[in-house]
Amino acid sequence: MADLSVNIAGLHLKNPVMTASGTFGYGTEYADFVDLSRLGGIIVKGTTIRDRQGNPYPRLAETPSGMLNAVGLQNKGVDYFIEHIYPAIRDIDTNIIVNVSGSEVADYVATAERLADLERIPAIELNISCPNVKQGGMAFGTSCASAAKVVEAVRKAYRKTLIVKLSPNVTDIAEIARAVEGAGADAVSLINTLLGMAINARTRRPVLSTVTGGLSGPAVKPVALRMVWQVARAVRVPVVGLGGIMTATDAVEFLLAGATAVQIGTANFIDPTVTLKVIDGIEAYLQENGFASVRDVVGALEV
Amino acid sequence: MKKFLLDLEVKSKAWLNPAYALLVLTSPDRLPPILPGQFVEVRVDGSPATFLRRPISVHQVDYEKNELWLLVQVVGDGSRRLAELEAGDVLNVILPLGNGFSLPPRKDARVLLVGGGCGIAPLLYLGAYLRQQGYARCDFLLGARTAADLLQLDEYRRYGQVFTTTEDGSHGERGFVTHHPVMHEGGIDMIYACGPTPMMKAVARLAHEAGIACEVSLENTMACGLGACLCCVTDTTEGHVCVCTEGPVFNINILKWQI
Repeated sequence: MADLSVNIAGLHLKNPVMTASGTFGYGTEYADFVDLSRLGGIIVKGTTIRDRQGNPYPRLAETPSGMLNAVGLQNKGVDYFIEHIYPAIRDIDTNIIVNVSGSEVADYVATAERLADLERIPAIELNISCPNVKQGGMAFGTSCASAAKVVEAVRKAYRKTLIVKLSPNVTDIAEIARAVEGAGADAVSLINTLLGMAINARTRRPVLSTVTGGLSGPAVKPVALRMVWQVARAVRVPVVGLGGIMTATDAVEFLLAGATAVQIGTANFIDPTVTLKVIDGIEAYLQENGFASVRDVVGALEV
Repeated sequence: MKKFLLDLEVKSKAWLNPAYALLVLTSPDRLPPILPGQFVEVRVDGSPATFLRRPISVHQVDYEKNELWLLVQVVGDGSRRLAELEAGDVLNVILPLGNGFSLPPRKDARVLLVGGGCGIAPLLYLGAYLRQQGYARCDFLLGARTAADLLQLDEYRRYGQVFTTTEDGSHGERGFVTHHPVMHEGGIDMIYACGPTPMMKAVARLAHEAGIACEVSLENTMACGLGACLCCVTDTTEGHVCVCTEGPVFNINILKWQI
């Protein structure tokens, strides 16, 4: 049997398949469909220092081969997470990683500090790329200086594995990746959603309450793959690839492009068991192609 | 309630009128417990324009025949594809989803089930369930544009008296459901409503003014149906909550409706 395990800056994953933040809740929402302990990791919903109500409805627009969302980081805040959610998920036998967002550097730091004390949270994913909040979020991730500033501040306060989630809504994502690597990130994950828009011609109004939103699903996969490939060549830290992965073949493509692990997001909405199918499919790919370890596939693209 | 991902077989499909089809689904295995007001998320295959699953109300469950009924209104390409399914086809379904209607306060309560358009769908199973549970008085008030748009009336009559309204007066009272005398004559203990939002708000207003308990079933656009994506929220006294898990049925006192 091929070895599916990978390592992200000291974080051991039993396989390279994780769930993307905001698409899998806290894992428990999918427990009827998925043996959660089979996953490489669960990246839970974006968490902020204080409770956020998010954006008004409508928050969703279906688009060709994808969807736009404008949720706006609705969550009950880090203290609620620690008191009410963490106890219910801490014993799931997988890596539970908290996606951390904020509108000021101090908020990111304070949230990360509180999570650092949780024994069963081995890593955080710093979200400097949410396109759906007016203040902060993506603004941090669109310039090298601001990205480095927030990562540097969190790095000082957080000693466990620090993954930084990058925005694709930039001119040169490799430059941002290098900046956060320089500021102390242990790994980068990409891509967050692409800024997009949907219009209802009949009503002559935008579909989303916020006018613009974040595009995800297979429509973005070629863009994501290109960016993962560019970033993997630009940094030494591990890259976690995501964006439109629907099948094991999609996941293998991200590994070949240089991703050490992948995240499955929007596909969970179509098939709640997709993560398990991707894990099984990667294993089948390794066997069919004579790879002893999934690590041999990472970056094995022949150009 | 445990949720399932199932491949159900289309036992039959019937066009009720040019815009509505009735899908009768079955399974070799026994259907899991489903409550009235709950819904399913169906995967739409073969429609390039349809990426997400479609939430559809449970129209009827017949455990003796192991049948699940869905009423499909053709709106876009995805619903057309669903309505074009034929006996023997397979439909991938997640179920049961959502909370369902709460039960009336007493067994002898007089309850009125008010539906408009495709919103009549969950009321059939609710009526069947209430009768089966021994609730005495369950009447339906169903509204549509024309007589041709009033569907399944004989099915509803199995469980209670059926009042109708049509906008053109071709069946029952002329006008909207809120114009029907049964809404105004008193003696109603509970109203369940499902239909277009303006209709539900008008019904909620009448219920509120008359001090009648009222539940409505919302149909916000949604992606996951499992409370994960947070797209389908409605504003309530508890803040934004997911319609797919906290609803689709809400007491009108919880909703932040201006009524």
